[in-house]
Amino acid sequence: MTMQIADSVSLPSPDARARAHAAAARDSLRTEPRAVRMTIIALAIVFLSVFVVLPLVVVFAQAFSKGILAYLSALADPEALAAIRLTLLVAAISVGLNLVFGLVAAWAIAKFEFSGKTFLITLIDLPFSVSPVISGLVFVLLFGAQGYFGSWLRDHDIQILFAVPGIALATTFVTFPFVARALIPLMQEQGTQEEEAAISLGASGLQTFFRVTLPNIKWGVLYGVLLCNARAMGEFGAVSVVSGHIRGETNTMPLLVEILYNEYQFVAAFAIASLLAMLALITLIAKTVLERHLDEGHDASDH
Amino acid sequence: MSAIAARRRTLPGFGLTMGLTLSWLSVIILIPLAGLFLKSLELSPEQFWAILSSRRTLNALRVSFGLAFAAACVNLVMGSIIVWALVRYRFPGRRLFDAIVDVPFALPTAVAGVALTALFAEKGWLGAPLAALGIKVAFTPVGIFVAMIFIGIPFVVRTVQPVLQDLDPEIEEAAGSLGASRWQTIIRVILPSLGPALLTGLALAFARAVGEYGSVIFIAGNLPNVSEIAPLLIVIRLSEFRYADATAIAVVMLVVSFVTIFAVNRLQRWAQSRIPAR
Amino acid sequence: MTIEVRNLVKQFGSFKALDGVDLKVDNGELLALLGPSGSGKTTLLRIIAGLDWPDSGEVFFNGEDALAQGARERNVGFVFQHYALFRHMTVFENVAFGLRVQPRASRKDEATIRARVKELLDLVQLDWLADRYPSQLSGGQRQRIALARALAIEPRILLLDEPFGALDAKVRKELRRWLRSLHHEINVTSIFVTHDQEEALEVANRVVVMDKGRIEQIGSPDDVYESPATAFVHGFIGESIELPVQVEGDVIRLGDRPLNLAADGLAPGASKLFVRRHDMLVGPPGSGAFEGAVQHVRNFGPVQRAEVALSGGETIEIDAPRDRELRAGDTIGLEPRRYRIFAG
Repeated sequence: MTMQIADSVSLPSPDARARAHAAAARDSLRTEPRAVRMTIIALAIVFLSVFVVLPLVVVFAQAFSKGILAYLSALADPEALAAIRLTLLVAAISVGLNLVFGLVAAWAIAKFEFSGKTFLITLIDLPFSVSPVISGLVFVLLFGAQGYFGSWLRDHDIQILFAVPGIALATTFVTFPFVARALIPLMQEQGTQEEEAAISLGASGLQTFFRVTLPNIKWGVLYGVLLCNARAMGEFGAVSVVSGHIRGETNTMPLLVEILYNEYQFVAAFAIASLLAMLALITLIAKTVLERHLDEGHDASDH
Repeated sequence: MSAIAARRRTLPGFGLTMGLTLSWLSVIILIPLAGLFLKSLELSPEQFWAILSSRRTLNALRVSFGLAFAAACVNLVMGSIIVWALVRYRFPGRRLFDAIVDVPFALPTAVAGVALTALFAEKGWLGAPLAALGIKVAFTPVGIFVAMIFIGIPFVVRTVQPVLQDLDPEIEEAAGSLGASRWQTIIRVILPSLGPALLTGLALAFARAVGEYGSVIFIAGNLPNVSEIAPLLIVIRLSEFRYADATAIAVVMLVVSFVTIFAVNRLQRWAQSRIPAR
Repeated sequence: MTIEVRNLVKQFGSFKALDGVDLKVDNGELLALLGPSGSGKTTLLRIIAGLDWPDSGEVFFNGEDALAQGARERNVGFVFQHYALFRHMTVFENVAFGLRVQPRASRKDEATIRARVKELLDLVQLDWLADRYPSQLSGGQRQRIALARALAIEPRILLLDEPFGALDAKVRKELRRWLRSLHHEINVTSIFVTHDQEEALEVANRVVVMDKGRIEQIGSPDDVYESPATAFVHGFIGESIELPVQVEGDVIRLGDRPLNLAADGLAPGASKLFVRRHDMLVGPPGSGAFEGAVQHVRNFGPVQRAEVALSGGETIEIDAPRDRELRAGDTIGLEPRRYRIFAG
């Protein structure tokens, strides 16, 4: 066995050589002169470095510019801790809501045929095309003092705007499509045969969903939740409009970054920003891993 | 949906899940958006027009739309170059750069905003050398332009990349074997195949840049009539309790972005219909 | 278990998948639904399984209204064309699924389930694959696991949708024989859908030929091959020569040329003459009903296939034994040993 491998390495078979020639011929037809290649690669690398890598590096450089102690004490500040807590709470609420909605909507849309499906998907996508500021504004118009429900809320002493419910609502609006959009194409591609098989074997609807559908889409669910969570924790514009910026109460992490930055507390601002940047990096790494899993699932179903 | 028809679907739960979907969609998305349009109807056409034609509003819209379009064009060119390098060439760090393209998607906009500002401020890593050349970026419209390029780049790359990857190598070989030069092959064969994806990427980058707030306001300087973007003007009008003004500007922006998205959908469907069945 | 289907109609948009189908299936039968794609055979199978619902018509199992029940209650074993194995479960868990999802009251204990699954895997001769995942199996193995899974719930009826459609020719032949003997062993009323006439004729006790949402003929494999009831069946089953002819009184014409064939009891007008390729006997010129010039000859083992241009202008292919070698350019007479004429 090892001999064979050694042979094949040292003496490529005529077949392999022919293939190599063919590949070289194909490449020469499909590529550009060396100078052009180098220029394009250099342009791509420089552009991505200046516009994407450097800003990321700056965040950490600024955060640690006064040393690690200043960094840690900035994070230990009660205001920072309150912002972290609020961010986690809001993300948990909106991710939870959108997870349930995403599963329900994907079941209805991917597993059944009905007219108006494309239109419904377009409606679910709407928040992607709405400016974050407008996403906040619509809730101000509904629940603000001059809003449609403003006086009713005041009479019943219910606080939505400038409080957690408003922040959670705006965040849910902004992150609305993520889970559904991750699941609908996946479930459409998987079809309904496995579910039909389960039903014909006597499984109930819930048994079918939990035993057959969910295991098949689990990586897709994680993928949607991951992106949804990243956006929920990082949302700035929409939350900024509805939060009222009450220190220690309605400031999420991105809002606190803004406040500290405007107060020239750069180390503190960038310390919080560095946490969010790390969240982004972890999200990207996890996303890459999940995409590999999703591709594998795709290949397995290809047979 | 009648009870009989619902029962006659093989898989259970259509009525329930569809009902929940439509209710939740209405509560979170449709009713709030409808509220915005209803509010704008409270304005007479004259009032609406007066708000939009005020100098400050016009300038804010001009800054947002103009710079967003310019940034999307830069993204189109640079995005194509990046896609070409990532898909067609092998170089050290290729996979890393491929992953990095998504950073603007994932990085919270406020973080991007303060980072770009620090980078391009007069004493920043890039701002200092640029200032020596007499170019001021931060706190000018150029800063807005830079931020919009930052947030738009993944849209072009991620729409064009899969299409270039799936492009059949044989069509290039066919062009080459018919005597086309490499340049002719790219211009006449590859570029037309990428056309719909390029336009889609351009439109998505534009739509995102027009509405962008977080990554822009820190670097913009926010000087009324000069470097004030439309979303910021909405926030300012809200803080002044001038809801009508905020609503009018928002409606204009929404309509433009809906039209853009509609155009993108059309474009996608058209592109799909051009793909021959295999 | 007997199945009876009455006047089923099913429409998808403007496409009529089933156009008034009546069918009775006896207990223990192995029935083939044979037809080209779009003939409605899979739709009929899915309606019997409860995976689709007719626009009108009735379905009875042992005289009871089956349409009152959903797929879940019908206790029908369904083998899907692409198997629809649960890809995240092992072979064992796939087969056990139907036993595990039963209501708590009627669910068997774990030991019984294990024994039953083992028994089924033995039945399909794949007990050694119990811990594999579907993606690790060959097509033929997946097919048999899908069958074992369907049998686990002790179905009253077994339905198979193109059971061999996705397999290569050699595996297909093996599985056909195996399915026949398996049916003999378990003796459950079974229906399978196929577009492959050889498969239908070889495996089934009875064949239902369908076209355009209607049943063209029901009969034993010999019946449908030897005495096709309609022009469609004749054309679809076996390799046939089809010629447009004109019936006028006692005379049958091909073009201007009267054919020396009996026209008793035939309705006058445009008709179609069908002859099996091997039923055309070759003789000297002027000896049979037809005359033609050999264009081209190829040999296939014991037969030679000749392309013959008839003097009426049509070109046909015949299969002749090789006792008399044909050559391109020969003029020959042809006499149909057996033939059928259908109006229309």
